Amino acid sequence: MTTVQERPAGEVGAARKRKEDARLITGRTMWTENITLPGMLHLAILRSPMAHARVTRVDTSAALREPGVVTAFSGRDVADTQGSLPCAWPVTEDMVHPDHPPLAVDEVRHAGEAVAVVVARDRASAVDALASIEVDYEPLPVVLDMEEALAEDARLVHADKGTNKAYTWVFDSGEAGTGQAVDAAFAGAEVVIKRRYIQQRLIPAFMEPRSVVVDPTGDQHTIWSATQIPHILRVMVALVTGMPEHKVRVVAPDVGGGFGGKLQVTAEELIAFMAAQRVGKPVKYTETRSDSLLSAHHGRDQIQDLELAARRDGTVLGLRVNLLANMGAYLGIVTPGVPLLGAFMYNAIYKFPAYRFVCTGVYTNTTTTDAYRGAGRPEATYAIERLMDELAAELDLDPVEIRRRNWIGHDEFPFDTVAGLTYDSGNYEAATDKALALFGYEELRAEQASRRASGDPVQLGIGVSTYTEMCGLAPSRVLGALRYAAGGWETASVRVLPTGKVEVVTGTSPHGQGHETAWSQIVADRLGVPFEDIEVLHGDTRTSHKGLDTYGSRSLAVGGIALVNACTKVIDKARPVAAHLLECDVSDLEFADGAFRVRGAPSDAAGKTIADCAFAVFAAHDMPDGVEPSVDADATYDPGNFSFPHGTHLCATEVDTETGRVTIRSYVAVDDVGRVINPLIVEGQVHGGVAQGIAQALFEEAVYDSEGNLLTGTFIDYTVPSAVDLPDIVSDRNETPAPDHPLGAKGVGEAGTIASTPAVINAIVDALRPYGVRDIRMPATPERVWQALQGGARS
Amino acid sequence: MIPVSFEYAKPSTVDDAVRALTDGGDDAKVLAGGQSLIPMLRLRMAVPTLLVDLGGLGELRGVRDDGDALVVGAMTRHADLLRDPLVRDHAPLLAQATETVADRQVRHLGTIGGSLSHADPAGDLPSVAIALDVSFEVVGPGGWRTIPAADFFVDFLTTSLGDGELLAALRVPKQDGWGTHYEKFSRVAQAWAIVGVAAAVRRENGMIAGARVALTNMGSRPVRARAVEEALVGASATVDAVSSAAGRAAEGADPPTDVWASAAYRSHLATVLTRRAVAAAGGIHAS
Amino acid sequence: MTRISITVDGIRYDDDVEARTLLVHHLRDRLGKVGTVVGCDTSNCGACTVLMAPSAPSEATAERASQGAQRPTSGAERAAEQLSRAGAAVKSCNVLAVQADGTEITTIEGLAGGDGSLHPVQQAFHDRHALQCGFCTPGMILAAVDLLTENPDPSDTQIREGIEGNLCRCTGYQNIVHAVRDAATALRGAEVAEPASAVDGQMPGTPQAPPAVPSEPESVPVEAVPRPVP
Repeated sequence: MTTVQERPAGEVGAARKRKEDARLITGRTMWTENITLPGMLHLAILRSPMAHARVTRVDTSAALREPGVVTAFSGRDVADTQGSLPCAWPVTEDMVHPDHPPLAVDEVRHAGEAVAVVVARDRASAVDALASIEVDYEPLPVVLDMEEALAEDARLVHADKGTNKAYTWVFDSGEAGTGQAVDAAFAGAEVVIKRRYIQQRLIPAFMEPRSVVVDPTGDQHTIWSATQIPHILRVMVALVTGMPEHKVRVVAPDVGGGFGGKLQVTAEELIAFMAAQRVGKPVKYTETRSDSLLSAHHGRDQIQDLELAARRDGTVLGLRVNLLANMGAYLGIVTPGVPLLGAFMYNAIYKFPAYRFVCTGVYTNTTTTDAYRGAGRPEATYAIERLMDELAAELDLDPVEIRRRNWIGHDEFPFDTVAGLTYDSGNYEAATDKALALFGYEELRAEQASRRASGDPVQLGIGVSTYTEMCGLAPSRVLGALRYAAGGWETASVRVLPTGKVEVVTGTSPHGQGHETAWSQIVADRLGVPFEDIEVLHGDTRTSHKGLDTYGSRSLAVGGIALVNACTKVIDKARPVAAHLLECDVSDLEFADGAFRVRGAPSDAAGKTIADCAFAVFAAHDMPDGVEPSVDADATYDPGNFSFPHGTHLCATEVDTETGRVTIRSYVAVDDVGRVINPLIVEGQVHGGVAQGIAQALFEEAVYDSEGNLLTGTFIDYTVPSAVDLPDIVSDRNETPAPDHPLGAKGVGEAGTIASTPAVINAIVDALRPYGVRDIRMPATPERVWQALQGGARS
Repeated sequence: MIPVSFEYAKPSTVDDAVRALTDGGDDAKVLAGGQSLIPMLRLRMAVPTLLVDLGGLGELRGVRDDGDALVVGAMTRHADLLRDPLVRDHAPLLAQATETVADRQVRHLGTIGGSLSHADPAGDLPSVAIALDVSFEVVGPGGWRTIPAADFFVDFLTTSLGDGELLAALRVPKQDGWGTHYEKFSRVAQAWAIVGVAAAVRRENGMIAGARVALTNMGSRPVRARAVEEALVGASATVDAVSSAAGRAAEGADPPTDVWASAAYRSHLATVLTRRAVAAAGGIHAS
Repeated sequence: MTRISITVDGIRYDDDVEARTLLVHHLRDRLGKVGTVVGCDTSNCGACTVLMAPSAPSEATAERASQGAQRPTSGAERAAEQLSRAGAAVKSCNVLAVQADGTEITTIEGLAGGDGSLHPVQQAFHDRHALQCGFCTPGMILAAVDLLTENPDPSDTQIREGIEGNLCRCTGYQNIVHAVRDAATALRGAEVAEPASAVDGQMPGTPQAPPAVPSEPESVPVEAVPRPVP
């Protein structure tokens, strides 16, 4: 398979500057928080200061007397009607699935849980009146640690459930018939690497705080929300509240980042909906950053117990994964399924024959976890890429060499993996070779040796991460088999206006990804319409009736095919119109360079464009019998497989052994995301993804104290890195087109995040291996690195 | 979030400011640049009944040469101070440390008097003030008085300012003939210092003739590293001597353990950073 | 309530405000200047950054105001005017509206020229794909304008330090650094090398010839002659 193919001239592949920018750089953006409606009231939420308590009394009467207050209510006031926040992914038949009331009724189970609300004329009055709400809490014992939570006599998050275990989910390659029995593989092992890795709890920390406006005064109840999932939200609001779905309209206006953090049906959305119903007026709620860090869902938080079996020649024989996944206090929309998305990725790019994965979901008195950029796949990739380095060290092999001995060769695709997936394409050799050359691998190894020899207090480390991921969520039949409640298709509509301009409606819901630009490029090429003449509409269920929204690097991989298919349908519908206009037979026509021409005619011969056909069907004066007077088309596409981008990331770190400070000296990312629609956008995704992965490795962690109070509840303590803290990265690409995608595209939204975390930690451990250091817990703060050097964290 | 409601006064003279503050009672607070106070108001960690805004007191702003010292108005903004030629010439440590305070935007409004009166032991300027033996000129209902830096900082977020008193100016001894350096160590760029070290060194004939060292975030108030100073003064200006003295940096300190770092790590960092700060201040490097 | 007078993007507003009102809430909720956004409550993220000049409106602004919208200025002219005014970047969520009394504020909405042409920093952010979701962008652009006012030719390290008070979650900052570097070049009057093979999307207008700027950066003026007490 070739890695880089000649690209046809056209929009696809061009570094188009983004259409979206015009409003974003001039302050004309429509954030939810910018929406002001006539008579609009403001909502404030009183949140629990305790991680676990019985709520014995809530009295909102004093708040009602405060100036400007219109109404105030607590969970008790709406206990019978508020319903339960949805979880769409009951991963096992016997999953323990507690109710998740938007407003706590009798008990609070994590700090920050919503307890009562005030609706007032202005934001300040609403916030002020919260102080007048009286709540009596009777403290209950708190359980925070997953292993303690699973102990025999554990304190319970949900007493009525009798357990803190949500589920246990198992994949075994022997039982599934996708590989050998894992015990046999271990029996034949010459080396076993056994490790425990901790995926610390992270907070997505999108820059735009969540905001929701609900207007109950129209014929449809309209919800504007800073969400990634307007379509799913509409269905869920209908299901939870009983409001008929056709009476609910959801709009995601401009949305300021998500990273999975806005892939949720939130308590705040439903509380605002209830409040608006009660007062019969529009209601707005916008969270503060402190509220957001405390109550918007968190990510990661897993304990990984791992065993890797190998022969002394470096051949990996099998892997056992035993995972504890912290659900938090309740289940969010896809909470239980997040670790399962990783289950298919632990084998990564390697072709070992035996694999067993066991995941136990655990309730604790913490904020609910759910999707965060990569969702399960970064954790899996971290584990296997760290283990491969440990195996290399054990066998005294170069970490690149150990990977070469185990990865799938470029001539072995399609490849059926031990986890049951079929990888469609890839070229790990080419990506790795390119990355090594860009990085100057040999030179850096030489410098590392000389620093080691001289006892330099600043040591150099080199980290390797060869990753793949599955994106393009998802084949509906796979989701069904995994017990996910919805499908994974995506939809697109193409409407050609009478003047030849084009409106594209997509079911994806961009919030920074640049769909307006990339979708325009795709349609421009397909229909031969100028890029500037295309408008991409999204995020409003009134215009975009149908869709499954944006997450899991799915928009181009799935929605892009729906869009191509819709364009093909437009051409098919225009064909008889063009034939009629050209007075020829349909079978004599071909469509190329934006026009229908009689086959064999020179390319400069007069033809009929899609615009010509659109005007003809608009007038419709003279349509042949049986031809619908429209060239508009919809398409819905359900993928047959995931797509599998991959790449090689290399990181060089300097570690100050006196202070423990880690500085990234250079970072090279060579990614193969298939055919690229817009290299500017792809590079931006790689940069941002790598930055978030570095942030997990070095900077970020949500920390609770022993009573379940979030200690990292502001941006002072939850340390999102600034420009000073991050390096420039060198980003390059190979292109192995996806064979099942008409554009050859794969997906890029999460790749950088998945790849970079193990690259950084591998580099730090590599620097410190001569000191006996074999692991560093994330984030690798200076103190943790220093502790490891003192022998405190040697395993 | 939104601060609680409070009264607001913007006096045009220092006397009026003192009067407003005195009349306002216990829950009156001074608003200088507001860069530390306003986040506390927003989180409702501070709930004053009155803010007395010193923004109208032009006489508290600016830097003046006063012989062997500079007089710095308490309302001098960080951005102005760090560029001030007098400060750069005679108190470069103050300029260097000020440049590390927060970020550009905060430095445009934040003031030296506000930073010092906030008395956060993780702040960069309190340790500089005690390293330089700055005198605090204070005015209140009882008139003017001078508080030595060592007595100004009492505890976490607590100063020796009395009721109705406000910080008006700093008297900063000129550091002519001294080399100085501020070494700051934080987790991310805009975070507070985990530990910081302010050092001033005077060399004579290959010897260390004078040394002043103070530590940021190594206790509930800024800490003067006396043991280091004593070990340095009279020692030869060598790397070994500096290393040896710096090993005593944490003596007498009582560093906190918090989400950023443990006390033990802070104590270790203090020795490393003190060595680096003193070496940089004194120009003492391995030959 | 306290009476305040603030000039925002060339228009003067007189209002009674509660003392506790933050400048950003005054801008957004009272004046409808919703281009400036709030991203945190501890002054860390910088999304709310605006430029604040301590003095009354400059002659140029007054003149333009008197002429109404009849003489639209270009983004480049506006840039030159800002440099001469030396408005300093502040975090408008960390300023009380009463503290801003008598100042002139420039928000992201006032940065482009009246003729719709972009400020060179805006243009560079577009050209370099220095934004994704765009939420941090208004503050990031104004922080960059402020940095370039003081340092017209910053190194990459100085750019990174100059925007350390502005958090971005999407870009990893790399393209922002490139954009600020390009904008610096444009503002100094040199040609900017177009990124390889980049082609323009739909943007209003085209960049104007960049203005000549004084070679010495002006510092933020100290309001009073140093005459501290006692």
